[in-house]
Amino acid sequence: MSQNKPNPTVNKSTGLPRKRFYRARAHSNPLSDSHFPVPLSPSHVDYSLHYPQLFPLADRTDTCKKIEFADVGCGFGGLLISLSTLFPETLMIGMELRDKVTEYVKERILGLRVANPGQYQNVSVVRTNSMKYIPNYFEKGQLSKMFFLFPDPHFKEKNHRRRVISPHLLDEYAYVLQVGGIIYTITDVEELGEWMKSCLQNHPMFEPLSETELEADPIVKLLNTATEEGQKVARNGGQTFQAVYRRITPAS
Amino acid sequence: MEGAEMEEARVEDREHDHNNTQEDAQIEESEQKNKDAEVAPALVSVHPTQNSVAVAVGSDLRVFNLLDNCAVNLVDESGGASHNDSIRCIKYGTNGKLFVSAGDDKLFKVWSTDCWRCISTVVSEKRLSAVAISNDGLHVCFADKFGVVWVVDLAGFDGSEASLDKKAAPLLSHYCSIITSLEFSLDGRFIVSADRDSKIRVTVFPSKPLDGAHEIQSFCLGHTEFVSCLAFISSPDSPQGILVSGGGDSTVRLWDIISGSLLDTCEVGAKVGQVESDATEGNCSIITGICTILDCTLIAVAIQSLRGIMLLACNLPSRTLSVTKLVSIIGENFVPTSLGSSISGGLLWMVTGASKFRGPDISPCSRVKGISGFNKNSPDSSEQEPVVLADTELPGGVKLLEKLQGSMLIDEKVFLVAADAVKTAMCNLLNKKQYSDEKREFRKRTRNDKKKKQ
Repeated sequence: MSQNKPNPTVNKSTGLPRKRFYRARAHSNPLSDSHFPVPLSPSHVDYSLHYPQLFPLADRTDTCKKIEFADVGCGFGGLLISLSTLFPETLMIGMELRDKVTEYVKERILGLRVANPGQYQNVSVVRTNSMKYIPNYFEKGQLSKMFFLFPDPHFKEKNHRRRVISPHLLDEYAYVLQVGGIIYTITDVEELGEWMKSCLQNHPMFEPLSETELEADPIVKLLNTATEEGQKVARNGGQTFQAVYRRITPAS
Repeated sequence: MEGAEMEEARVEDREHDHNNTQEDAQIEESEQKNKDAEVAPALVSVHPTQNSVAVAVGSDLRVFNLLDNCAVNLVDESGGASHNDSIRCIKYGTNGKLFVSAGDDKLFKVWSTDCWRCISTVVSEKRLSAVAISNDGLHVCFADKFGVVWVVDLAGFDGSEASLDKKAAPLLSHYCSIITSLEFSLDGRFIVSADRDSKIRVTVFPSKPLDGAHEIQSFCLGHTEFVSCLAFISSPDSPQGILVSGGGDSTVRLWDIISGSLLDTCEVGAKVGQVESDATEGNCSIITGICTILDCTLIAVAIQSLRGIMLLACNLPSRTLSVTKLVSIIGENFVPTSLGSSISGGLLWMVTGASKFRGPDISPCSRVKGISGFNKNSPDSSEQEPVVLADTELPGGVKLLEKLQGSMLIDEKVFLVAADAVKTAMCNLLNKKQYSDEKREFRKRTRNDKKKKQ
């Protein structure tokens, strides 16, 4: 994607988008009806659109690789970009509700692909409402990791139902996660941290990772450092609260 | 049309005046749409062995006892009318002992079919849109318009007269989507919920439902518009049954709920268009009801604007659907708003009507009819055609009609208007509003990040 005319939204030297042209307000209404396309079912997700080098043809068979990591509310894409080189064989996708922010991440990935041939081909982003349409994108037990980094706290009690981690939504996340799959959550808002931890603790299909397991997982360190939100919190000397849980088979 | 662009320019010049009139017009438009969406269709439900038939019109619940051939007086501790606002869903339990009703008054009522006494009333925070009774009669469920399905356990109900004071516990949720239908699988292992976002969720019904149903078995995805109704067909290969769904996309679909896979799709809307020459404009073929008849060998489908029903057959070995017949109702303007049948019976009950709606002062009205003569062996044969029964041929006859319809004097024009009102209501409620880009930008104009800098 070479540009002949100078495009002010893209940094000429790095080929990466400039954030100030993608400013968006922090909130998007998760309750509003979607006017973006939603795939009819997981088999309708167009892998050739997201991963053109790995899937040159639109046809996919059952034996083909499937997306395994999902960053729900990926924001400006910090975590995904880090994970892409850490796990080059794994397909991953970011889901974001705000359209300007999604555009930014799209441009960022495209720019990185051009600047680093062969790399960043396994990461993509889609604009969607993950609270309504996760089952449209992923089959049962498809994902091995799900990320919920610094989600919107929705402080007012009447808005708690808009929180992306909730007892009901965990049913759906448990559905798309394989047994043994991991859900990572982190926030700088203490009350939200308590809330997310208690939702996960009380859900019969999740169990917490032990301290040793957390130490051994390289991704846990990334939660704080990889995202723009996390870096901002660190700059301001804030505290973060994380809850990392494993999907288990419920005891019957 | 440059109208939108010119509007934007004018808005900048004289912001106050134009903003107000446009906002007023928009508010009025949405208020009228909200009122339109409040029109409720008349509903019918039949006791599993046809001991009785129930019809709900507006807030009125009417039951006729076919065993004793008499109208039923409902006994409710609240005195007066049981429901204070339009009833949106009614259902008999498969064991025949229970009946549930719920609706816009946010009340969920459980009735005993022996004495027709309301044994439990549960108050909900939101309006209710779907109900279901577990096959063993131990649990009842209701769904609200915000997507939450609630469960009440009826342990302790042994048929005695005592009323139960029960609280509902949340069972599962479809995030902020109106739940349009709720059904238990034939073996009671699963509960299936359908919503306005074209999704059907199959969840394992746990041994302790009050703790919530967290294990999702599958999602049945394929409808391109809202799903409006669900039913199960029995099959020797699957104890849970085969799921049939109807939707706003004018299709009836077959599903395997264990895997969530789509077995077959029947383009019912298109078939109606082929047969009825005076068929409706474009997309008015929303499936409004499905009902299995004759021990599930046939499926009756009610479609918006169709004066009659479409009969479908399910071929079990191949698990495919096919249209067998279109049964028209001639000589009367009757578009069924709801269908019902006993489990093994060969009589399809239909009702048309609506709650009070705008226009001339028309009180809630309903008309009941029946079709029989279904032949499961060769539905195509001309030997025995399904026949629309005359009023006197219906079980319960004129006495039943007087009770369920409220009167024998029917003004046909009323029912056409009623059917139309119901159609508009369903579209407003379930179709997603589509805005053009200009309209969407206009709606965001008061947002802080959208306001033009001074």
